[in-house]
Amino acid sequence: MKWLNFPAWLPENVSTFGQGVDNLFVLIYWVTSIVFLAVMAVLIVFIVKYRFQEGRKAEYIEGSTTLEIVWTAATTVIVFALAMLSLPQWNRIKFPSQFPGNPGAVVQVNGKQFNWDMTYPGPDGEWGTDDDLQLENQLHVPVNEVVHIRLTADDVIHSFFVPQLRLKQDALPGRFINMWFEATKPGTYEIPCAELCGFGHSGMLGYLTVHTAEDYEAWKNERWTE
Amino acid sequence: MNDHAHESHDHHHEESFVSKYIFSLDHKMIGKQFLIFGLIMFMVGGGLAMLFRWQLAWPDKPLPIIGVSKAYQEEGEVTTAADRKWEERFDDDKETWLETNMPSGVIDPAFFNSLFTMHATIMVFFVVVPLLVGAFGNFLIPLMIGTRDMAFPVLNMLSFWSNILGTIIMMAGFFVPGGHAAAGWTGYAPLSSIAEYSGVDWGQNLWCISLIVMGISSLMGSINYITTIINMRAPGMTWFRLPLAIWALFIVAILLLLAFPVVASALALILFDRMAGTSFFAAAGGGEPLLWQHLFWFFAHPEVYILILPGMGMASEMLPVFARKPVFGYKSMVFAMIAIAFLSWIVWGHHMFQSGMNPALGASFMTTTMLIAVPSAIKTFNWLGTLHRASIRFTVPMLNVLAFISMFVIGGLSGIYMANSPVDIYIHDTYYIVAHIHYVVFGGSVFAIFGGIFHWFPKMYGRHMNATLGKIHFWISFLAFNGVFFPMHILGVGGHMRRIANPMQYEFLQPMQPINVFITVCAFILGAAQILLLINVFWSIFRGKVAEQNPWEATTLEWHAPTPVPHGNFDAIPHVYHGPYEYSVPDAEADWIPQTQPNGESEHGEGEPVPAGATAD
Repeated sequence: MKWLNFPAWLPENVSTFGQGVDNLFVLIYWVTSIVFLAVMAVLIVFIVKYRFQEGRKAEYIEGSTTLEIVWTAATTVIVFALAMLSLPQWNRIKFPSQFPGNPGAVVQVNGKQFNWDMTYPGPDGEWGTDDDLQLENQLHVPVNEVVHIRLTADDVIHSFFVPQLRLKQDALPGRFINMWFEATKPGTYEIPCAELCGFGHSGMLGYLTVHTAEDYEAWKNERWTE
Repeated sequence: MNDHAHESHDHHHEESFVSKYIFSLDHKMIGKQFLIFGLIMFMVGGGLAMLFRWQLAWPDKPLPIIGVSKAYQEEGEVTTAADRKWEERFDDDKETWLETNMPSGVIDPAFFNSLFTMHATIMVFFVVVPLLVGAFGNFLIPLMIGTRDMAFPVLNMLSFWSNILGTIIMMAGFFVPGGHAAAGWTGYAPLSSIAEYSGVDWGQNLWCISLIVMGISSLMGSINYITTIINMRAPGMTWFRLPLAIWALFIVAILLLLAFPVVASALALILFDRMAGTSFFAAAGGGEPLLWQHLFWFFAHPEVYILILPGMGMASEMLPVFARKPVFGYKSMVFAMIAIAFLSWIVWGHHMFQSGMNPALGASFMTTTMLIAVPSAIKTFNWLGTLHRASIRFTVPMLNVLAFISMFVIGGLSGIYMANSPVDIYIHDTYYIVAHIHYVVFGGSVFAIFGGIFHWFPKMYGRHMNATLGKIHFWISFLAFNGVFFPMHILGVGGHMRRIANPMQYEFLQPMQPINVFITVCAFILGAAQILLLINVFWSIFRGKVAEQNPWEATTLEWHAPTPVPHGNFDAIPHVYHGPYEYSVPDAEADWIPQTQPNGESEHGEGEPVPAGATAD
């Protein structure tokens, strides 16, 4: 039953940290599935076994302190373990202090109703100079290299989402938010806006092109002005 | 306290139609008013969902009946009556409401945003809260604690009528220029706070004003509930003899009282930004967009528990009646609800993991959020424990309660995915969260409401609802509900964003479009099934089988009151000798001991009655 196998529906992962997210997803999928099946099994057994039958009376049971302690403790341990396992992944993806250095590309992404503006600092590595390259809805990056992005928005809140990278981050007007990724497979991927941003929200869509090293150099040589 | 006043009231003057059915001070009538109001709004909110489900399954295709034909849409060729009608509308100089919102019968993207915004707003603030807290809270609290009415009957009436005022204001929003609020039920600023960004003018203002009025209505209700439950319990009704539904409503009233002022101030700030030129949420003016999210979710996370706790309480009420067993772990059920209430104040940040809030906060909110699983698990296991060695009667309320438990388990477990901040990076703002909230609020609360209506109907109207129709309604709803919301998990895992009007605009979503079609077909079935509920309710009010005083042989005090319940509820204020769930007590004659039965008649009594509260005969 593919409908019950949630992990099978995840799009292909093409980022270095995506596997960590997927692993947690699969782990939670198994933990919750087992709990769900166990609870349903008990529920169904009880419903069938303890249905009303002529001559049998329900038993007067008020509760069990032992059981309460057992399931409180067990649930606490499981959820704490899940939280602890997740923290390193969260820190790795979202904490600026833990971002890997030496980026192969640095881009400013600016969400505005209803487009993504991508700004490359150009050969001088500085924003706000004449050699900046600004593209609409086109983000070009090299494969297997760290990419640093500073994300902002002009008007309302947008959300930068690349499903295949397992990356999502809201873009806030008046603020720069830093994020990173490293793509592992060349190709073109969609960048939908994931936060309601107005009547044109549906269809606000950019494209991420992940190039091989040579292609990226070629693209840079062609588009970046000296 | 005021027994004499009530009795003389009872005997000495007939009430007019207006004072009995409209501006009633009687908690039972106010409860019934909320019930009918909530059911009507349930149809309105559901109707909006039908419209946007059509658009999601068949994007930009004209609606059936009112929409134009394919020939007209493509060639301008008039073939149907609807085509002719649209010809006339377009020729006319005046732009009608239909032309603005669904030209040719195709839902406009801006109108689509209003539709899901208002679907959620109506379902949360005008259906689930009025039904759970307004209808069942009002009807059950005085009856179950054994008193004659609420502490403040006039406040109670005002609570209902300010609720109607809020509804009129909210409904007016559909007909103002610029359309209704379209920033989502979460109303994220600056989309909601600056009119140019959404193109919505008075719609958003009315949305804010209406919600403030609705909040005031809730405040009046909650002050009443808290006061009544603390002060007016019958003699012997100690805190740990209170039915769990009352515990739930008591906790919810406290949550409402503390949470609402926060969102009221936030809504006022939005109004200032929109109408007085301030910039609380506009970065350009030195404001902070995230401030809205913090204030909103500080309110709205407790609000989410306001939507589920009374459902839990009502399920805990019906379960022992039809299992003929005490609730397993009564006290841990109470403490679990108190724990949920406390935790609800320190988890709001899990809605904001990807918002740009400091990621260190994300880590701490993840931990507190995960902890919510603990009291939720305690409750689930205790419900299962209640079924152990029970003698289960599969009545309509019981079927709905069993559905409530199993759907709540799915909703609770799917919450763990979102609570986990790294996984949330991916599934945040996708259909996964839509599936989750509907499993909790529809699968949970609404099934508890279905069960509750059937269960307490005999006490409310003195008549039974039709059981066959109730079972048909239950099974269609249960299957169609899962048909609608289970596949949404899959859409979410596939990355399907919520709140998009046309999934076909995205290449990565196109292969999943058949799932959207399936969901929409199930949604139409689910929507149509609710007509059976309405028929059953309204037919039974007038024609249902006449009910005896205690048809379910239940122990709690509301069944001790005569049917139909007179003004003043009880002939004499009952004394309480037992906990609320004394079913199948060994050696007892019947398999239930009402809370009012003195101890002499049972070996398993709990000692002398302990007077509690201020009510005295």
